[in-house]
Amino acid sequence: MNKGLSGIDLAHLTIDDIRRIFSYDDRGLLEEMAHAARELTRRQFGRTISLYAPLYIANYCQNECVYCGFHASSKIIPRSKLAMDEIDRECAALAATGIRSCLILTGESRFHSSPQYIRDACIIAGRYFPYVAVEVYPLEEHEYRELYLAGVDGVTLYQETYDRARYDELHLTGPKKVYDYRVQAPDRIARSGIRHISMGVLLGLTDWHQDIIALFEHVRHLERAYPGVEFGLAFPRLRRVIDDEHHYIEVSDREMVKIMCAARLFFPRAGISISTRETPEFRDRIIEFGVTKMSAGSSTRVGGYVERAEYDDGQFQVFDPRSFDEVKAMLVAKGFDPVVTDWRNIVNS
Amino acid sequence: MEDKLIVAGREFTSRFFLGTGKFGSKAAMKQAIIASGSQLVTVALRRIDLEETDENILSFIPENTTIMVNTSGARNSDEAVRIARIAKEAGYGDWIKIEVINDSRYLLPDNQETIKATKILSSEGFVVLPYMNPDLYVAKALVDAGAAAVMPLGSLIGSNQGLKMRALIEVLIEEVTEVPIVVDAGIGRPSHAAEAMEIGADAVLANTAVADAEDPPLMAVAFARGVEAGRMAYLAKMGQERAIARASSPLTGFLYNE
Repeated sequence: MNKGLSGIDLAHLTIDDIRRIFSYDDRGLLEEMAHAARELTRRQFGRTISLYAPLYIANYCQNECVYCGFHASSKIIPRSKLAMDEIDRECAALAATGIRSCLILTGESRFHSSPQYIRDACIIAGRYFPYVAVEVYPLEEHEYRELYLAGVDGVTLYQETYDRARYDELHLTGPKKVYDYRVQAPDRIARSGIRHISMGVLLGLTDWHQDIIALFEHVRHLERAYPGVEFGLAFPRLRRVIDDEHHYIEVSDREMVKIMCAARLFFPRAGISISTRETPEFRDRIIEFGVTKMSAGSSTRVGGYVERAEYDDGQFQVFDPRSFDEVKAMLVAKGFDPVVTDWRNIVNS
Repeated sequence: MEDKLIVAGREFTSRFFLGTGKFGSKAAMKQAIIASGSQLVTVALRRIDLEETDENILSFIPENTTIMVNTSGARNSDEAVRIARIAKEAGYGDWIKIEVINDSRYLLPDNQETIKATKILSSEGFVVLPYMNPDLYVAKALVDAGAAAVMPLGSLIGSNQGLKMRALIEVLIEEVTEVPIVVDAGIGRPSHAAEAMEIGADAVLANTAVADAEDPPLMAVAFARGVEAGRMAYLAKMGQERAIARASSPLTGFLYNE
């Protein structure tokens, strides 16, 4: 029994316990959670952190999400889409850095990045990377199935927020406006055969307490419905706050740690990733508390690995500019084994 | 002491098998294998990358160690069979630990799918060691399917809870005599390993508890010795635990004219 100051059994958390935890701002409790999360992560995953990198193949968008730099009417962002030979070169350039696990980002435009285009891109990526995941706008089940058969191992899809009213307010136009089609997508992914599903909310859009509870309930429900699927969680924080007319809420480092520890304790086996939009200082510390996956040497620019640009006009600012090798060295120094290869696709082998 | 473990005709003087996942560094893993004297290690096919020459996990495994590739990631028998075939084609030998897990929260093995995969792979000439939920009928079916050993879980994988399944494992030890019984998963301390051996298990496989220790090589030795101590106690036919005390001089001796 790991009952501490709070009287909450951290080893067997319920959703009600998490509500209580979220309602306290207690230094002792947070420290206790951090220890429990670290211990649990070590038992489940050992002293390992898996490394991956994003690969942007297109950045066209049909949606108007008020918080996003890539939104459809944005004139600041040059739009582009890689042709298949360019995708091949981009994969080769990324694989040459040592990365073996890649997340393909497609842009949310069914017109420019059709399911067929994405499928073909994933087939190319599969020649370079033992593990290929894709972050794509919500698809139909048969389209996910096509991706699965093309060798896709994981799909990433963030609901952004579970607050329907707020969701409606922040997504002005575009297919993404339909909340239900997005929130039901993980079921379609799970039924398609794809084995990893990464989910999350964009912290800062609304009061995170309710959003995280809703996310946890959603994932727990999916875990029971699809026990063979492995779920991953990510907690991106809204960073590029251009204006404050939309009433974003800043999420502090302390709150972020609390969320990540709660996620680990509630989902002992879930992969938890942290992206390069967090600073190196924060990333290096938070890996102790439950993170199992980190992006490294990331470019958020379409074609960014072939021609690493001087400036960054990606979807979000990369706050951790360290290379893949630098991140690996940091992990080794902290006593972690940087895991580069942890998958072998057997669908098409 | 001439007490060898024989699995599929291969002799092992160490009854301690080690998993290679979860170590903080591959060097620590290598030292743990050497220090413990373990002669059989399991490696997940998904962790092997031959292109990564300087960090390829196989190059950290001492020579003369039997490598048993495991099918980590397989959700059904079909996937387990494919992983095993890839491993064989890639030259990693034909010793396979089948783990078929279709439950991502508890990582419990799917016994029915495990039986299917065992049948297929043993008929193809693999040496198959299936990881299973301790159930007598399943253990017997695995033996019929050609398993070279049966590997029941002691408790939930990675839980360090020890022999929570003890009563059921004892049944397997008693009733399944055709192949060795290897207790796999949940063994969190050397004393758990010793306990498994005391009750008559033929070998113990551990990973998390060793990899997760501050000093993995030292912990590996502690486990190896726990296994040895438990084995010796078993061979020495140690006394049973009793609910009440029993005097060394019999109380009823006077009733007999001796």
